[in-house]
Amino acid sequence: MSADLDDTDRALLRLLMADGDMGAAALGAAVGLSQPAAWRRVKRLESLGIITGRQLELDRHKLGYEVVVFLGIKLAAKGRVGLEDFERAVSAIPEVQLVQHVLGVYDYRIKVVARDLADFERILRRRIMTLPGVGEVESNVLLSEEKSSITML
Amino acid sequence: MQIDHIDRKILRLMQVDPGISTADLAQQAGMTVAPCWRRLEKLKKAGVLLGKRVVVDRRALGYAVQVFLRINLDKTAPNAFDTFLAAARAVPEVETIQTLLGRVDIRMDVIARDLAHYQEIYKTQILALPHIADIEALMLVS
Repeated sequence: MSADLDDTDRALLRLLMADGDMGAAALGAAVGLSQPAAWRRVKRLESLGIITGRQLELDRHKLGYEVVVFLGIKLAAKGRVGLEDFERAVSAIPEVQLVQHVLGVYDYRIKVVARDLADFERILRRRIMTLPGVGEVESNVLLSEEKSSITML
Repeated sequence: MQIDHIDRKILRLMQVDPGISTADLAQQAGMTVAPCWRRLEKLKKAGVLLGKRVVVDRRALGYAVQVFLRINLDKTAPNAFDTFLAAARAVPEVETIQTLLGRVDIRMDVIARDLAHYQEIYKTQILALPHIADIEALMLVS
């Protein structure tokens, strides 16, 4: 399961998780490798499936998205409407940023971005409540968030 | 800064393919490279485009379990939020802490190597956090 990574690999991952734009030269300089050696290590991490991709980081406030809401969704008619139908429909909503299938009091956890609360209400009524098989929906508005991903490394 | 529909189009294209070259980006946005590059620079300078982050598969690093905890705090305790957050921050396996408005006060992402490891974290570290009134767990399937 866990690939054998040495301290240099972990250091490279830490740097790339903070700034995915870092080139092989800068990475190499930071961990004490030549540019080609750093490049080969990053390629290896990609081919091992440890680095799965890159994600754009945007300031949502500057783009006019002031509200983030997490929804817990319970499906009403399990079996009748397949999970796949629900997933396909929910993923097609442009304001939905994340769809997670979970075990527990809810079936799905989704993240929605909206310009303001009125915009969120529109999305909830027109798009979420009309999803195939949707049952109970719980909304929690994000007030603040802090992250740290260093433990894994 | 004013963000127009062309800027938004560029950002949408980049979200779909973060590794896209400026040349391809310009072509798909219907412009030449120089103005596309200038727009990117402008978006970076204005702090709209913050950069790129590498996405790491935690499973490949040996963390197979991710649990979302939904926590309600005992708000009658003075400074319940601050005391709780400070203590939660100190638990290394807690990856994300969100303060919410709704039925749940706090949401946390916890990662663990396996279920036994999770259970240990839950018992010794999570349940030891101050002012918890109620706690619910959702486990990530996909």
